Formats: sequence, structure tokens, C-alpha cells
Amino acid sequence: MNPVETVKMAFKAIWANKIRSFLTMLGVIIGVMSVTVLMAIGQGTTASVTDSIAAMGTNMLSVTIQTRRTGFGGPGMSRSTRSTSAKGTVSLTAEDVLALKDDASIQYVSPTVSGSLTVKAGSTNTNASIMGVYPDYASIVNTELASGRYIIDADVENRSAVCVVGAELAEELFGNTNVVDNTLHVDGRKFRIVGVLDDSSSTLVMPFTLAQRMLESTSITSFYVSAADASSVDAAQTAVERFLYKKYQDDSTYSIMNQEEMLEAMEETTSTLSMMLGGIAGISLLVGGIGIMNIMLVSVTERTREIGIRKAIGAKRRNILLQFLVESVVLSGMGGVLGLVLGYGLMHVLEAYMGMQVAASAGVAQLALGFSMFVGVVFGLYPANKASKLKPIDALHYS
Amino acid sequence: MIVMQGIRKEYRMGDNIVAALDGVDIHIRPHEFVSIIGPSGSGKSTLMNIIGCLDTADEGVYRFDGLDITDYTENELATIRGRKIGFVFQQFNLLPKLTAQENVELPLIYQGMSASKRHKRSREVLERVGLLERMHHKPTELSGGQQQRVAIARALAGDPSLILADEPTGNLDSRTGADVMQLFHELHEAGNTIVLITHDAQIAAQTPRAIHIHDGKVLEPAHESEVII
Repeated sequence: MNPVETVKMAFKAIWANKIRSFLTMLGVIIGVMSVTVLMAIGQGTTASVTDSIAAMGTNMLSVTIQTRRTGFGGPGMSRSTRSTSAKGTVSLTAEDVLALKDDASIQYVSPTVSGSLTVKAGSTNTNASIMGVYPDYASIVNTELASGRYIIDADVENRSAVCVVGAELAEELFGNTNVVDNTLHVDGRKFRIVGVLDDSSSTLVMPFTLAQRMLESTSITSFYVSAADASSVDAAQTAVERFLYKKYQDDSTYSIMNQEEMLEAMEETTSTLSMMLGGIAGISLLVGGIGIMNIMLVSVTERTREIGIRKAIGAKRRNILLQFLVESVVLSGMGGVLGLVLGYGLMHVLEAYMGMQVAASAGVAQLALGFSMFVGVVFGLYPANKASKLKPIDALHYS
Repeated sequence: MIVMQGIRKEYRMGDNIVAALDGVDIHIRPHEFVSIIGPSGSGKSTLMNIIGCLDTADEGVYRFDGLDITDYTENELATIRGRKIGFVFQQFNLLPKLTAQENVELPLIYQGMSASKRHKRSREVLERVGLLERMHHKPTELSGGQQQRVAIARALAGDPSLILADEPTGNLDSRTGADVMQLFHELHEAGNTIVLITHDAQIAAQTPRAIHIHDGKVLEPAHESEVII
């Protein structure tokens, strides 16, 4: 018997039970749709994160200091190179950090402090993330300004109440981004806006010295360093390491990350996220397959008489097996195609109307479609085999 | 055409073993129109299943159309059913989702005939049973008599060596039943071999020869050809 006839027969049987077929497919439709959409969201997030890291330039080093107790002052640690608090923690001052600039391999240094404070403009209130920086920070992370100026040395020295705001924050507080020379209140204190960042962030950037005071942070917990050029990144990292080790005598209290490591870490996190999302969606696909098997088993029982008639007029076991198997695969395959179509539709909506970054990939689409067909074969095999094994006389006398 | 020798078929009923067929010998020649008659429980249904290759005997030899099919496998029997036997059932057994023409073409699909040949052949046989103008109707849109004619057309479609009819008039009123019997007579005159299973003596009386079966045994050789080969 010709395969075209088998496929035609399958479509006829599916079409004969339109609503039931659609409900059966629904599991696969949802499964394929969620696999493609979730994977696309995962990959879109990865892409946007890696893009933003790459945009900061490859010469950057970021240093994080653990604020917990260092435990002990090691031998050979001279009192003059560290300031010890009552609890025995070593704290780093801005001057210590800025002294790193003396190293030839290091071009820019900026201690940073960050936190979250209430920002108020007119009657609009919001909680914004605050970042205290030195002027070098703009060069380290390649900051671009939409208008105005960045924090300058004088601001840091004088603890001037000036700030640079992200475009989104400006939009939220003032309704537009043309806000230079406007004033706002951070935690009750009046600030003048001197610049607007050319990105969609909602961060408020202020002089490091003032931020440190407002966030009540005494020691430095993170700072950024930029190497003079790409070839001196390693030398800069060594210099920072030497400096920190001299200070803490314990390399577990601080961590230095270069951009490459940062990218790797982010990629690892986001790919784990993608795999998890894909896995969850894969499970729903599996559940869809079980739904297909369930309906195919019902269908075999319902059509026992039909199977008997077909066998009586010359259908072989193979013909019946193929008929039901093809039906199951066509069912799951159609579900897969519909799921892909809906998935791409949903991705378009997410991208166009919700501003999410999604990265649809043909590989994921093929995989999802292939897997749904595979599910059709696996879960169709048992019902199809059951149908093919019916004895013609038993099947004919079934009512 | 059909030679059966010492055919035995047993069924288990709980702990008892019941012989539905207890050593049946039958000989049917080509172009014969024979009825097999017996009351319900006589074993005639079992006999029809074995003649029709739907079931196999436990003992005995069965030669069909010159082939010893006693030890045929399920697949080989399916081929015999498809190519050499045309079934007509009491319940018509048409597929309800298919049109009359599609029902008639079904055995031809399993024979692997091309679509154009199938269409031509199905029109021929539907015309033969007088239903050409109804070929696009589904069984539910046809009367019982018409459905049975479609079933007969389906049986004829593969140009079988044997037409095996199981109580073909059992679900029809007497007038349409008579029409269907008339059609069988015409098909017989055209050279077809027909075996008709019935419990109705009046139907059996219309066939040139009747084989009586009772308690799993053939009662009387109604024809001189009950000779063993």
C-alpha cells in the first residue's frame, strides 16, 4: 500500500474528529510554543547581557571586596598600610585605591558605592538605584551622555549635590529626558541634575564622596580599574592583585574579575537559565505526547470494528500499524507546526509590544518540531501495535 | 474452489472444550452458488470464518482456489482475503466516514491499485449494483438495501474468486432482501462463485445447492460432489 494513501487516510481520520484532534494536539502545541518562546527569551537575554558587557570595553577589571571579617592580621602586615577597625576588619580608603593609578599598566581607577534610595521630583516618588563614582568611571565603562556633563573631580572633592540620571529615570520623574539643571531630592536632599545618560537605565549617578555619606558606607567594597590598553590587562590585574594581597594577606576576601571572566560567568548563568526553561517546556511536550497516546488508545477501542472491516477486506497487520502510527505522527507534527506558528507570533508580540529581547533560532524550531514528531512516534507505537494485533473476527464482532 | 477435509475447531467455555466444528468436509466447485444453512449455534459462523480466512482451523486441511492454505500465516491469509474473497456481511460493515465510492475502493487501496484505476473500477462495480448516481453519499445517507448493494460492490471490486455472504438479507425487509438475492443470482449467472451463510430455509431454498450444518457437522451431502479428493 502506497504511503501517500496512508497519510491521506490519517488526515481523513483526524479531520473526521476535528475538535478532539485539536484538543489532542493542544498539548503538543503548547509544548512546542513554550519551548521556542522560552528558549528565544533565554537566548535573547544572553545576547543582551553579553552585548552590554562587551559595550563596556575589554580593558575593564572589576574588584569586589567581601565585607565580612578578615579574621586575622597576618605576620609581616605593618600597621601603617592598613587601618583596623574595632572589629578587626581591614578597610580600604579611596586614596588607597586611587593610588593604583601610579602603576603604568593602569589608566583609570574608580571606587564605587551603590545602594538604593528614594528619589523625588515634584510630586513623583520612586526608588532608584544610586551609584557613587569618581569621574574615571565614565571612561572605564564607556559611558555616553545624552546631554549635560558627567561627575567631575571638583564634585567629588566638594561633595557637590549634583547627579547624572539615566534616561528611564528622567522619563519616570519628569516625563521627558530634557532635564539638565532641574532639581530633584534624594533621600530628602536637594540635587541638581547635570547630565543625562545615553542609555535606558534608571540609575542615578552622584559623586562618590557624597554617595558614601548618604549610603552610610565607610569602607570601599568595590572598585573598577581600566588597563591602559588591551595588552596590559594582565599586568593591571597583577598590580591590583599585589595591592590587595598586601592589604588583606588573604586572597579569599576579594575577587577580581576581568571582562572575559565576567562574560563567561554571565554566559554560564544565562545558558543554565535557557536550559532550565527549555527543560520545563520539554516536559510539557512530553505531557502532550502522553495525551496523544491516551486519545489514540481510545481511538483504537472506538474503531475496533473499523479495524476488523479493514482486515477482512485485505489489510495486513503492517497496514493497520502504519495507519495508526501515521495518524499519531501527523497529529503531533501538526501540533508542532501550529505551536511554532503561535510561538513565533508570541515572540513578535513580546518583542514589538513588550520590548523584550528575543532571539528566535532555526535550530530550536527544528529541534522542537523534530521532538514533537518523535513524541508522536513513541507514544503512537503502543496504540498502533495494539490496533494491528486485533484479530479480524474479534474486531468484526465488536460492538 | 473450496476443499475442506476433517475441519475441526474447538472453543474453551470455562473448563469445557466445545467443538464448534467437528470434522467438516466440504467441496465447492468454481461458479457454484451454495448456501450453508444451520440454526444458530450450529457452527456455521465458525465455518464461514474459516472459509473466509478470518480464522484458522485447529485440525483438518483447507484448500482454497488450488492453494493449500492450511498453514498460512496471518499476513498470507490477509493477502488471500484481499485478493480472492469478497465479503458481504449482515451488518453491511461499511465505514461510516467514507462515501460509497471510497468504501468500494478500500480493498483496492490495500491491493496497491493506482488512484485512477481504482476510480474506474469502483464506478464499474457501483454501476453493476445500480448505485452509480449515489456514489458520493455516505452510508448513513443510504437505505439498508442500498448500503448492502455498496457492500456487494465492494466485494466485487477486487474481482474475487469467491463471494462470501453472511446473512446478507438478515437486516433487510423482505422486498429489498429479495432484490439483493436477485442481484446474487445475476452475479452467479455472470460466473461468480458465491457462498451464502444463512439460518433461513427460504433463502437457502433459492440457491442451487444447500449444505446443512448442525452441531458442528455437515448433515447431508446435498450434491454428488461431496467426494474427497
